[in-house]
Amino acid sequence: MDSHKPLHFKTFLMILIMIIAGPLGNVLLGKGMQGVGTTDIASVSELLHVVGSVFMSRTIWLGVASLLTFFVANLLVLSWADYSFVQPASSMAYGVVALLSVFVLGETVSPLRWAGIAIICMGVFIVGRTHPRTTEHR
Amino acid sequence: MFKFIYFFMIVVAGTGGELCVSRAMKQTGEVKDFRPAAVVRVLLRALRIKWMWLGVGLMTMAFFSLLAVLSFEKVSFVVPVTALSYVAGALGGMFLLGERISLSRWTGIALVCVGVTLVFLGKG
Repeated sequence: MDSHKPLHFKTFLMILIMIIAGPLGNVLLGKGMQGVGTTDIASVSELLHVVGSVFMSRTIWLGVASLLTFFVANLLVLSWADYSFVQPASSMAYGVVALLSVFVLGETVSPLRWAGIAIICMGVFIVGRTHPRTTEHR
Repeated sequence: MFKFIYFFMIVVAGTGGELCVSRAMKQTGEVKDFRPAAVVRVLLRALRIKWMWLGVGLMTMAFFSLLAVLSFEKVSFVVPVTALSYVAGALGGMFLLGERISLSRWTGIALVCVGVTLVFLGKG
């Protein structure tokens, strides 16, 4: 029974890191890619130009760093919790990404889309109440 | 058409990659020590498992597809649509990793899918 509490705490902590670092990374990538412009690439030189712009963008590198943080937290939590628990539990990130899109990028989010995001969070709540591990450890 | 391919890559390659990484991490064993050196050791141990490399390769493909889509679509549209990977993830978890998915977990996943559909319909 002793092992229950630390498991819940570290699971909670890792998922918290995931739902902050993941959306932040996506928003930074979105901001960076909007700066790079269109990907209607017709020639190799245009492709090289786009790739060069991507690698020169500080915003994109920050986004990559943020997503790497997300990735490491994800890896660690997957070492003890089920994938089919972790993936839906981390989908709180969809609410966070919508908020960041509005406040950081100035995007407009329609009421229907907010409703969709709210339903996603309800789904997350239900999934979060299920047991995090269904497979036996060796 | 290109948009569809990009989204397909994000969902299928991304989910496939995560499943491979999950399988590799289960093989690595539960992480109990969170000091940086110990975490690095765990990651190095994970890199010796071929599933990890396959997973990282697939996730890299998904990442560049995501970058491409983000150059012409709004973040608040792209990210919720990628939640379509939930069905793929649940099925993959069940068939490839032997995870049991309860009725309540299926209900949650179904709600997530309904939410994603509304996000898609609310595009504007």
